[in-house]
Amino acid sequence: MDIHEYQAKKLLADFGVIIPRGGIAYSPENAENKAREIGGSKWVVKAQIHSGARGKAGGIILCNSPLEVAQATDKLLGKKLVTNQTGPQGKIVNRIYVEEATDIKKEFYLGLVFDRSSESIMVVASTEGGMSVEEISKEKPESIIRSKIEVAVGMQKFQAREIAFGLGVAPELINRTAETIIGCYRAFSELDATMVEINPLAVSGQGQILALDCKMSFDNNALFRRNQISELRDKTQENPSEVYASDRGLNYVSLDGNIGNIINGAGLAMASMDMIKLAGGEPANFLDVGGGATPDKIVKAFKLISMDEKVKVILVNIFAGINRCDWVAEGIVQALEKIEINVPLVIRLAGTNVDKGNKILRESKIKYIEANSLEDAANKAVKTLKG
Amino acid sequence: MAVIINKDTKIIIQGFTGKMGTFHAEEMIKYGSNVVGGVTPGKGGTKHLNLPVFNTVKEAVENTGASASILFVPPAFAADSAMEAADAGIRTCVAIVDGIPSHDMIRIKRYMRRYSKSEKMSLVGPNCAGIISPGKSMLGIMPGHIYKEGRVGIISRSGTLGYEAAQQLKDLNIGISTSVGIGGDPINGSSFKDIIGKFEEDDETDAILMIGEIGGPQEVAAGQFAKDNMKKPVIAYIAGLTAPKGRVMGHAGAIVSAYGESAVEKVEILREFGVSISKNPSVMGETVKEVLSK
Repeated sequence: MDIHEYQAKKLLADFGVIIPRGGIAYSPENAENKAREIGGSKWVVKAQIHSGARGKAGGIILCNSPLEVAQATDKLLGKKLVTNQTGPQGKIVNRIYVEEATDIKKEFYLGLVFDRSSESIMVVASTEGGMSVEEISKEKPESIIRSKIEVAVGMQKFQAREIAFGLGVAPELINRTAETIIGCYRAFSELDATMVEINPLAVSGQGQILALDCKMSFDNNALFRRNQISELRDKTQENPSEVYASDRGLNYVSLDGNIGNIINGAGLAMASMDMIKLAGGEPANFLDVGGGATPDKIVKAFKLISMDEKVKVILVNIFAGINRCDWVAEGIVQALEKIEINVPLVIRLAGTNVDKGNKILRESKIKYIEANSLEDAANKAVKTLKG
Repeated sequence: MAVIINKDTKIIIQGFTGKMGTFHAEEMIKYGSNVVGGVTPGKGGTKHLNLPVFNTVKEAVENTGASASILFVPPAFAADSAMEAADAGIRTCVAIVDGIPSHDMIRIKRYMRRYSKSEKMSLVGPNCAGIISPGKSMLGIMPGHIYKEGRVGIISRSGTLGYEAAQQLKDLNIGISTSVGIGGDPINGSSFKDIIGKFEEDDETDAILMIGEIGGPQEVAAGQFAKDNMKKPVIAYIAGLTAPKGRVMGHAGAIVSAYGESAVEKVEILREFGVSISKNPSVMGETVKEVLSK
């Protein structure tokens, strides 16, 4: 789960990371008042969307008066911001963060992620703040400092100091920088995060170490024990179909093609998408109804796919194990009694009691095209589409 | 002897008396697995499915001599149960459960570092279908009848895609020595490399089919291991050719976040290591057949 910049800043501030003064606003008047409360003579108005690279998309505006803050807010609120991370549909701006402008002397990159090879938490830092970590690894790989942290004992001060010295931080700021890095590590570990990124981590003209932009993501599997994090979810930043699916226990990712899929199991779903592509088609979605493919999940899946206007043909591929094909077939029949489908349907069943399952489908009122293998299903779906 | 489990392996069920535990215990017993009891804290001393229930894994091991366990406990308690199994001297523990927090998985693995290599439990999963040695024993939730007895080893991150492979092999009259589901999470108890090494030493296995997917470094690590240490042929299929970067595809671990983690890149790297590639999921069986006939 992703959260907004201002939420991440607030969380990190509780772990001792210093952030510029700022406040959240929902209207231009609101923003203007915040600017006066914060004080100073320069402010940054920042669109709060779940994406990086907001600056290049016009989502961050430097202002010289409270009036300009109000105008900038007016310009951004309600707008769809398209960045290189949002996809062409963009993300809507419903919240504005007003922050005092910082006089930046130096910018660093600081990130924490899980390292799947060493199964530890990895701290990544670079002197090239402001660039994305992908750009840094491409253009300035030599500037990257990596430090693996042993989770059983946590991050040690010396490890944080090594990173700070590696970044070339001035001696009087070493301790403060180390505390910031350790604060991020503690937030990562104590809040079940999967990513913490401060980019840039800045040295200000006043000699402070400040987090100017923050991003945090969390482990969905751990939200059951992190109520304060679950509450930060902003569904307006997620694809509506994906929200619908996740609220109903389905694993769904919306894609650009026109062949809708209903599959049981994530691996089989990815494999079926691969077959569609090889057959010359494009999948409209990834949808895993779970290994069990219960009738209830199948109904929900058909409902979800039928809401997607892109979909011109639906491919169902179920490999029944403990759940038998006859049971799955009955689930499909029941689902299609409840939901009207106006596009061609290709169904491939495999596994336990496949003959019984196919018989149930053939004898039902459902109009569909039967397929007998993964390849056959993909070919038939693509062929139907091309007429 | 089959790798990891055989006909005599004594199995206990953790979370025995719950709905999932009961259902799959019955399936495993029907298949012929040697289930000797189970654990549900607070229900020790009772009987379930005519087998003894214990309060702790330690008691279960002392009383039954069990060496393998399978977890059917909710994700929030799974880490605790896995560590309890390790501490009680269980040798192989399969965690079926989907939804264990990554931080908990790391904790389990750190906890297990206290054991020497010879004492260390091997944890398989989580978020997996388990292990089956056809005709011998099933320590998992797969449909046992689609697995024909034979001499090919399967390792798969995905459950249903592993079934697909077993079925394709069966249709070609090719059998399986052991099939291991290592699970779809970012941090697994056992990696492809851990299991592939066991297959290399298994005199009942002639070739290994590795079914991977996008995300993580595991397939490449196993490919490197195969190139450096293995004589048996390895065949691989990597799912997720069409998966967009940066998106989680169902399995928590199926996300491309670094170079070498996409399906195309993994296939290229594995090919360089001398692994035979099944170019699409429909020909996993045929590719194994071709390799075996060489």
